[in-house]
Amino acid sequence: MADPSKRPHRKQSPYTVDRGIPGAYAGETVTRRRLFTGGALAAGGIASAAFGLPALGFALGPLFERSEAPNFQDVGPESDFNPETYVAKVITIDPYVGEPGKTTVYVRRFDPTRDTDKLHQPYVAISNRCMHLGCPVRYVSASERFICPCHGGVYEFDGKVAGGPPVRPLDRFDTKVVAGRVKVGPRFSLDSHLHRHKVRDPSNHLDGLWQYIYPSRPTT
Amino acid sequence: MRLLPGPLRRRREPAPAPTAGRPDGDLRKGHEAVALEHEREAARERRREAIADVPIAVVGWLDERTGAGPFLRGFLYRKVPKGTNWFYTLGSATMFAFISQAVTGVFLAMYYRPSATQAYESIQHIQNDVFLGQLVRGMHKWGASVMMVLIFLHMGRTFFFGAYKYPRELNWIIGVVLIILTMVMGLTGYLLPFDQRSFWATVVAVNLNSSGPIIGPYLADFLRGGAEFGATTISRFYAIHMLLVPGLIAALIGIHLYLVAKLGTTAPPWLKAEKARDLAKEEI
Repeated sequence: MADPSKRPHRKQSPYTVDRGIPGAYAGETVTRRRLFTGGALAAGGIASAAFGLPALGFALGPLFERSEAPNFQDVGPESDFNPETYVAKVITIDPYVGEPGKTTVYVRRFDPTRDTDKLHQPYVAISNRCMHLGCPVRYVSASERFICPCHGGVYEFDGKVAGGPPVRPLDRFDTKVVAGRVKVGPRFSLDSHLHRHKVRDPSNHLDGLWQYIYPSRPTT
Repeated sequence: MRLLPGPLRRRREPAPAPTAGRPDGDLRKGHEAVALEHEREAARERRREAIADVPIAVVGWLDERTGAGPFLRGFLYRKVPKGTNWFYTLGSATMFAFISQAVTGVFLAMYYRPSATQAYESIQHIQNDVFLGQLVRGMHKWGASVMMVLIFLHMGRTFFFGAYKYPRELNWIIGVVLIILTMVMGLTGYLLPFDQRSFWATVVAVNLNSSGPIIGPYLADFLRGGAEFGATTISRFYAIHMLLVPGLIAALIGIHLYLVAKLGTTAPPWLKAEKARDLAKEEI
């Protein structure tokens, strides 16, 4: 009779008195011991949740907050830039961390004869963050290519992937001209046809079926 | 007091009377003087014995109140199979490396400042100014590699000796989790010196996490504390490196060791083969 499924099935009364439990009251369906065990477990669960859930939310909060949108930052007068080559400028992404919060941005004037994108930016401001794993790329003017030192990623003059492991063109920043000075604003990402998307991390695809396994996040 | 095994336990034997029956002593001194000397010698002997008994008395006091004796006897003097060899020490060696990392890490935390603007300077301070700072940080830095090497050798021993098989599968799974947690320690600890190498290595490592499908980008946001490498990134890594993961590792090592003591160790596979051959002969 060790196997409970082999035991003859008898419909059991819901009342503790009928089941012959000592100290049972008539009409009682739950023993006091069971009630108090459940109550103690529930109290412990509520107490744990009372500190555990806020602590978890505290740790995970930044996943659901929009990271502070950078303002438009001045990178110099219009005369600094030309359509033929990029000029390296430094902007601040996060003002509270010192050097790591700064990044290089490559800026040139939009060239209607050469540029094929429909992004309507007066200046092309390309992020130096490699779209493979985020190393800093460098513009080599002799070959008109962006080259990554880490794993050999190479990009065309307009930031499209020319070779190596990168998964999409280099990110860009919004640009505008105010009173003759060039301003660089928030970052945006591009797919291989240079269509605009919300910011994705390096390594996240924006083309083909791959793009569906890299969702957009609340932080960007 | 039966904590210690037989040969190590002190045996009480009655001390022989020092000068009894010495004819010249008895002749030159009066009976009272001889009796006094006997008494003094006996008192000295009692004192020596009382002092020698102090450690045993302390252990006995603890044992009586904790019942640790039978537990420790079972844990420390358990039987091991024939053929147990030096390869079986790799697990203990890994644990020793972890303990060394924990101790040196705790003391490094006394001088380290987990902030993007001060971390590098505080490491320079530890390296150049603090007494023995270079040694303790060096032990922590190189000890991390030692621990990685040892844990993989330990896994290799377990695999090639077939020690992961029934009923030890759960211990294998816990061991795999411990390896992953050790690698998390390596990843999070790498950022803390906050030089160019550790910064860019962390940028790459976080983006590698981001390349995982669906949850990858969220995991990267969790590690960075936002969409960009920011002010909280280094303190998050520090908290994970020195509070979250070490706690988990210590707890899992406890369970791992409990299961080792409970299930015992396996003999090397070549011994099993010999035994099987002998058995086959007997059956014929």
